[in-house]
Amino acid sequence: MAEKVLMKGNEAIAEAAIRSGLKCYFGYPITPQNEIPAYMAAHLTKKGGTFIQAESEIAAINMVYGASCTGARAMTSSSSPGISLKQEGISYLVGAKLPAVIVNIMRGGPGLGNIAPSQADYFQSVKGGGHGDYRMIVYTPETVQEAADLTMKAFDKADEYRNPVLILGDAILGQMMEPLIFKEPSGRTFDKSSWKLGNRKDRPSHLINSLSLSEGVVEEWNWELKKKFDLMTEKEMMVEEYLTDDADLVFVAYGTSARICRAVVNQSRKEGYKTGLIRPITVWPFPSDVISKCTRKTKDFFVVEMSLGQMIEDVKLAVLGRASIHFHGRPGGGIPAEPDIMKQLKEIMKK
Amino acid sequence: MEHKIIFAGFGGQGVISMGNLIAYSAMAEDKNVTFYPAYGIAMRGGTANCSVIVSDDTIASPVIASPTVLVAMNEQSFDFFIERIQIGGVILANSSLVKKKPARDNIRSCYVPVNDIAEALGNNKMANMAMVGALLKSSGVLKLDTVFKTMQKTFPAKLQKFMDINQKAMQHGFDAAELN
Repeated sequence: MAEKVLMKGNEAIAEAAIRSGLKCYFGYPITPQNEIPAYMAAHLTKKGGTFIQAESEIAAINMVYGASCTGARAMTSSSSPGISLKQEGISYLVGAKLPAVIVNIMRGGPGLGNIAPSQADYFQSVKGGGHGDYRMIVYTPETVQEAADLTMKAFDKADEYRNPVLILGDAILGQMMEPLIFKEPSGRTFDKSSWKLGNRKDRPSHLINSLSLSEGVVEEWNWELKKKFDLMTEKEMMVEEYLTDDADLVFVAYGTSARICRAVVNQSRKEGYKTGLIRPITVWPFPSDVISKCTRKTKDFFVVEMSLGQMIEDVKLAVLGRASIHFHGRPGGGIPAEPDIMKQLKEIMKK
Repeated sequence: MEHKIIFAGFGGQGVISMGNLIAYSAMAEDKNVTFYPAYGIAMRGGTANCSVIVSDDTIASPVIASPTVLVAMNEQSFDFFIERIQIGGVILANSSLVKKKPARDNIRSCYVPVNDIAEALGNNKMANMAMVGALLKSSGVLKLDTVFKTMQKTFPAKLQKFMDINQKAMQHGFDAAELN
């Protein structure tokens, strides 16, 4: 068995990316994700890859676009304000059907905010921070192990769908060290010869862009993209249900908030409260069906986020008025505290 | 068994190193462990802290609301975290700098003059290692021997020459710790 190692979430993501065959990393420094570019600078080049500290976030995402056009596995990472700058590029990647892996280790906002953990980029991540009708798979790991596993998966899914994939973590995930074991990458290969750019030789020319001014072409292109998004919705949703079978109240939370809720579930069960947790591992596609099904037996849902309440809107759409929804949120870098959630839980359960 | 330890002190006192060493050692004992540092704007003379959880079971949250042990390397840390210690938990204080006693009687205390122990060994940088020794004794979180072996494994080559004095400091801290 592979050796257990102790690593920060940021480093684990970087190492997993390199093991997945990453060829090009482009980034611009910002706390709390700096360990990713630092790790890439130290290790990616030794594996024959290219590391560039770009002149800006916008340059970095467009370098990803360029590298991806040639068929190379390409990646960028940043934190909230930097990810805002990349939105145009992300929209272009989807429009041009280009694979890429993007990592957002979220910090407090809006604006330059602070460097504390946050989950306030949910809307931006799942509702399209960039322009146009687009979707991408958004993974939300809660442990360092899962961060590494999902990074490997992200590269495969990006290539499989020719679409960017986002890894959405908060600063706790990025900065925390935990033991993990790197799994073997899938080894799946993807034939990109039908579309990638490069030395043409005798083949017909390829064109990658996201612009067409001819009537109806972009609409038709959108319908094509929709087929892909529908397939992702059908096949790529990931969720964990924890002790939901007999639960009177079910928490819905992702990432670090989910870990905090898990601790509350464990503690409250010791005190006789039947609680459970639904943890979306992909926040797009969102596990609406799982939540919807849960309303048959659970009449209280408790959403916990490190924001003023963003994912709660998707929970409401899944619940459709069939159960009560409660909320605990901490914006601007605040971290939900177990005792506070516990107190609120007891008040809800009293009613 | 789950130990939730907050290490806190001035930047430069080796607070993060203590947490790191416990995290690596916990892994060597095949325990579950999380290490979460205060990051970003740390500097020498500023405040530094990290949260380490060592558990036989899966660790739910890496964030510590109430620690089972507070390791306070200075008085500011003592003041900041003392009320957060779990009932029945332990305040482990560097009595060379922490002169206050807890104003609550539902926790246990262990005062060890780790700066003095380090100075007696001729190297004041060893205070954090003496504190790790005291932590091991007062909490039983890990075996002293495991930590010794982990140091041998994880210290970079240029620091190996300081192994003896580090281990001596740890042993002295271990021996001096008495839980009240």
